[in-house]
Amino acid sequence: MLTIAGTEFRSRLFLGTGKFSSSAVMAEAIAASDAQMVTVALRRVDLDNPDDDIMKALSLRDYTFLPNTSGARDSQEAIRLAHLARAASGSSWLKLEVTPDPRTLLPDPVETLLATEQLVKDGFIVLPYMNADPILALKLQDAGAAAVMPLGSPIGTNQGVLTDFQVEIIIEQAKVPVVVDAGIGAPSHAAYAMEMGADAVLVNTAISVAGNPVAMAEAFAKAVEAGRAAYLAGMGQRSKQASASSPESGQLSSDLGFLS
Amino acid sequence: MLSREISQAGPADVERALGRKRLQLHDLAALLSPAAEPFLQKMAARSADITLKRFGRTTQLYAPIYLSNYCTNRCAYCGFSADNLIKRKCLTLDEAEQEAGILHDRGFQHILLVSGEAESAVDVDYMEAIALRLRNKFAAVAIEIQPMSTEHYRRLFNAGITAVAVYQETYDRDLYKTVHLSGKKRDFDYRLETPARVAAAGMREVGIGALLGLADWRAEGLAIGHHLNWLRREFWSTAFTVSFPRMRPAAGEFEPLQIVSEANLSQLIFALRLFDPDVGLIVSTREEERYRDGMLGLGPTRYSAGSCTAPGGYGKSDHEGEQFSVGDHRSLDEVCAMIRAKGFDPVCKDWDREFQISN
Repeated sequence: MLTIAGTEFRSRLFLGTGKFSSSAVMAEAIAASDAQMVTVALRRVDLDNPDDDIMKALSLRDYTFLPNTSGARDSQEAIRLAHLARAASGSSWLKLEVTPDPRTLLPDPVETLLATEQLVKDGFIVLPYMNADPILALKLQDAGAAAVMPLGSPIGTNQGVLTDFQVEIIIEQAKVPVVVDAGIGAPSHAAYAMEMGADAVLVNTAISVAGNPVAMAEAFAKAVEAGRAAYLAGMGQRSKQASASSPESGQLSSDLGFLS
Repeated sequence: MLSREISQAGPADVERALGRKRLQLHDLAALLSPAAEPFLQKMAARSADITLKRFGRTTQLYAPIYLSNYCTNRCAYCGFSADNLIKRKCLTLDEAEQEAGILHDRGFQHILLVSGEAESAVDVDYMEAIALRLRNKFAAVAIEIQPMSTEHYRRLFNAGITAVAVYQETYDRDLYKTVHLSGKKRDFDYRLETPARVAAAGMREVGIGALLGLADWRAEGLAIGHHLNWLRREFWSTAFTVSFPRMRPAAGEFEPLQIVSEANLSQLIFALRLFDPDVGLIVSTREEERYRDGMLGLGPTRYSAGSCTAPGGYGKSDHEGEQFSVGDHRSLDEVCAMIRAKGFDPVCKDWDREFQISN
């Protein structure tokens, strides 16, 4: 069971709700994925409107609603949005997204850290979206982030976990759950992240723009489970060398004749 | 509990551990086990490879200065134990500065101030005063003294101390009780929590270790692995080192409870290097010349040299009142020559006092 801020999650697949062809398809895909953590861009919903399409579709399931601040350019905007979201929904969960560059949608490390510090003080459960910078991950944890969400590759690019080398370091050092978010384009990418030891993955574009989003959502659910099971089973070490103990320096063994 | 995990390991577990890029604790257990002994040369090669990549062909040098051998603890194994009849001395600040001057002139830039536990002789005020005197003479001043509070460590950090070493001696709680007969050191938990206090105070480096010859060295090695893991998670910006004090003849003539051979010590060092590629591994002059020469480049990253383990010993020629007798008697110059002869660079300065100056 994955626990974030005291809440248990059976499913390690988190879903984003953007880019679907309709709220109805979105709802079906979420149901098929069995996701229990669902993010919604605050700029897409009208939390004050009880007839809002997205919120109505989502209200049919039992899940943790994770509003995200996508579109915010700096910490001040993100903080303001967060407070508005909480006032409307009553939930303190927040996916913090501060993405000043609308082309790459890469997260601003400085503004994200500043916003996290403030929002944690304000009592939010902050899940910051970040570039896969291990030092930043440590600082966000120190600031009280409930989890960290390093990107695999830029949002919507479907390129997979290009940042695997750094995500591995983040996972090794983390004291909070690590959710690989953004760029996961195929179920195999999700499995790869889970095999690495990620606690969960967040997928959006790969499902919403698939030919059959519902079937793709199911496939992702299976991949996340498979990856997690493999991780727990103890993966064998991948080795580029034929012999596992052949060090690159050319030494196969060391002379220990000096030992008395 | 730790011992069971180790004894259950077999050759397959050792092979798996040797092939892994990132070792887990159960891999460390396998590498510490008897099943790993036939793999010692392979372990040495891996350890050498990792050490080379991470640290290069370098070895840091330092020397200890024993400030005082007064001690209020009775530890069965230690030459300074309160009930041992040895000549007791505590250096005055001037004498300590003199000793330090001798080491400075010999070429040392990193020193370790050591004392027994006796507040009347060495307390935080004394340490602060000596730190302030020495900080301008050396690149790094470390200490190995009685456990202190976070507040006191913070004062010492501000006074110029860079690193603190504090060894648990044994992670076996029951055995710990039987060898620590009286004094503040009897508090197992206070000592165990000390490295965390040191790191929390902002010290740049924390040294941990176990005294080899008390409990089963394999279990101690695994306990060190657990301790390192925990410390790194809590204090990600702190550097860590492990030392390997191995029982040598001492004034109290304590018979080691375990014989830890050089091969055992090497297995422990290699296993920890594979488990934690970044940890500093310190081999002091307790060990023989031949051993230290042979281990160069295979895992250790720091050596002491020209050591005297008695207060005021650098200014005199006798070794009265020493904590343990030294195995490698070579001077700094001789050890550096050996290091160079083996194609390594002896590093006498690897820090700077400017790191500690707070305005």
